[in-house]
Amino acid sequence: MRKRSRLSHFNIASLALGLGFLYLPILILVIYSFNASRLVTVWGGWSLRWYHEFFGDRAMIEAAWMSLKVAASSASIATLLGTLAAVALSRGERFGGRTLFSGMLYAPLVMPEVITGLSLLLLFVALNAERGFWTVTIAHTTLTMCFVAVVVQSRLGSLDRSLEEAAMDLGCDPVRAFVAVTLPLIAPAIIAGWMLAFTLSLDDLVIASFTTGPGSATLPIRIYSEVRLGVKPEINAICTLVIGLIAIVIVIASLASKLSSAQGESAAPL
Amino acid sequence: MSARRIFARPARFAAIAPYVWMVLLFLVPFAFVLKISLSQTAIAQPPYEPVFDLTAGRASLEAAFAALSIDNFKLLVSDDLYVYAYVRSLTVAVTATALLLLIGYPIAYGMARLPTRWQAVAMVLVIVPFWTSFLIRIYAWINILQHDGLLNRILLALHLVSQPVVWLSTDSAMYIGIVYSYLPFMILPLYATLAKMEPALEEAASDLGAPPRQVFWLVTFPLSLPGVGAGVLLCFIPIVGEFVIPDLLAGSNSLMIGQTLWLEFFTNKDWPVASAAAIVLLVVLLVPLLLYERLQRRQLEQGR
Repeated sequence: MRKRSRLSHFNIASLALGLGFLYLPILILVIYSFNASRLVTVWGGWSLRWYHEFFGDRAMIEAAWMSLKVAASSASIATLLGTLAAVALSRGERFGGRTLFSGMLYAPLVMPEVITGLSLLLLFVALNAERGFWTVTIAHTTLTMCFVAVVVQSRLGSLDRSLEEAAMDLGCDPVRAFVAVTLPLIAPAIIAGWMLAFTLSLDDLVIASFTTGPGSATLPIRIYSEVRLGVKPEINAICTLVIGLIAIVIVIASLASKLSSAQGESAAPL
Repeated sequence: MSARRIFARPARFAAIAPYVWMVLLFLVPFAFVLKISLSQTAIAQPPYEPVFDLTAGRASLEAAFAALSIDNFKLLVSDDLYVYAYVRSLTVAVTATALLLLIGYPIAYGMARLPTRWQAVAMVLVIVPFWTSFLIRIYAWINILQHDGLLNRILLALHLVSQPVVWLSTDSAMYIGIVYSYLPFMILPLYATLAKMEPALEEAASDLGAPPRQVFWLVTFPLSLPGVGAGVLLCFIPIVGEFVIPDLLAGSNSLMIGQTLWLEFFTNKDWPVASAAAIVLLVVLLVPLLLYERLQRRQLEQGR
């Protein structure tokens, strides 16, 4: 039976105001990135001037490249580890330290980033590891694999387990049943997990600031140091590019999840 | 033996790699934080002492142990700066979480009452800003809130104020930033519980003569409490340790604990005090963290 709509004027007003509040600032930022005027608050006509400026800024480009590399590598490792963790938690037998395991996976989701960043840095220093690309990648993997685990686990939880069981009754061994039956079914969630890990890594300032070394700043670190000095039109352009990239990622992820959920899952994994 | 059990055996082995990873990179580092919080600052690389050298033999290890002290924690408790930072962090987190609940609840409620087809659209619309860069969203607000920014120009044009209002470097700017950044985290768990609620319950209450307000407070709100709990924890815990938002939007005269930790670490290069501040922050957050972990586990494992 279809749910009857019970919208009141209050409901509509709060939805409109809420979504307006969420989107207007980003929209304004995007519009002003095409502003010809140097003064960020005066409209001087449309222009791509600040995009030119960005592509001429070597340090920014290098930082952006570094960020993309870190995001792609950490998201890939995190997806592998996070998926394994999700499978163990939702399909595995009870094992020793299971509560500790789930605790370690869920705590980083809300743990203040200053704590995660500081603790990882102290580990890297104690190990005498050279700080740079790999330390940031490992740090981001540690954070984002938890998000992947939650996304994949919630998909595994909503899956009909009799499919796996049927495959094994028909003679598959467990690994084969997993690869042939379970994996294709959770693939969209795995893709969405990778995308989420990628954007989280691309976005992170605090953990990257702690774990990176001299000469390997990520894009958020650069943006942050510029923003501290005030609003600059070039930053508007960079931000718009990042938003565009993330928009593409979101479209892919939502297409993937559309393929995934024939029965609309209502609960978001977070 | 059932197929389910046979499947469960190898699935257990899937835990090995992520388990080892998290123990080494999430759990073990806390031991280092604890150890360094008991050390002293030194002008050296790394900037603290004593340094444990496992190759240097037993005597020097014992000497290193003896040199550990709780001086940094004494400093945190006795110095008003830190005490104030902790109090301020908690105050800001409580206020901001209350604001988020107040603003997020009507939105989530509106979403849950949309026709089913539109609910999915509304949910995507709420999730998308969460994917967009955190830093960029704060930066967008700096654009709007600055002296000759959009907000002041609108207020001036409407003759609501006679001269530009100072927004940046104030607590109001910080609260706007926090509410803006964390709103999806509040809305989504609220929406998830509200959407699952049986509409017949509300209808029954109003058929029995309860006015809408009473229906809400006696039926809807109590049934949505699990969502309220999840949303509150999801916002409160990270806000206590928030660094970026207060740093960019609030004034610099009163710091939150995340900022003092950052300052001690990056500006003063005082790693031991920064570590001690992290330990105290962790202890403050331990109870909400455990609550959150239980909630999350229960939610994800309902189907087992």
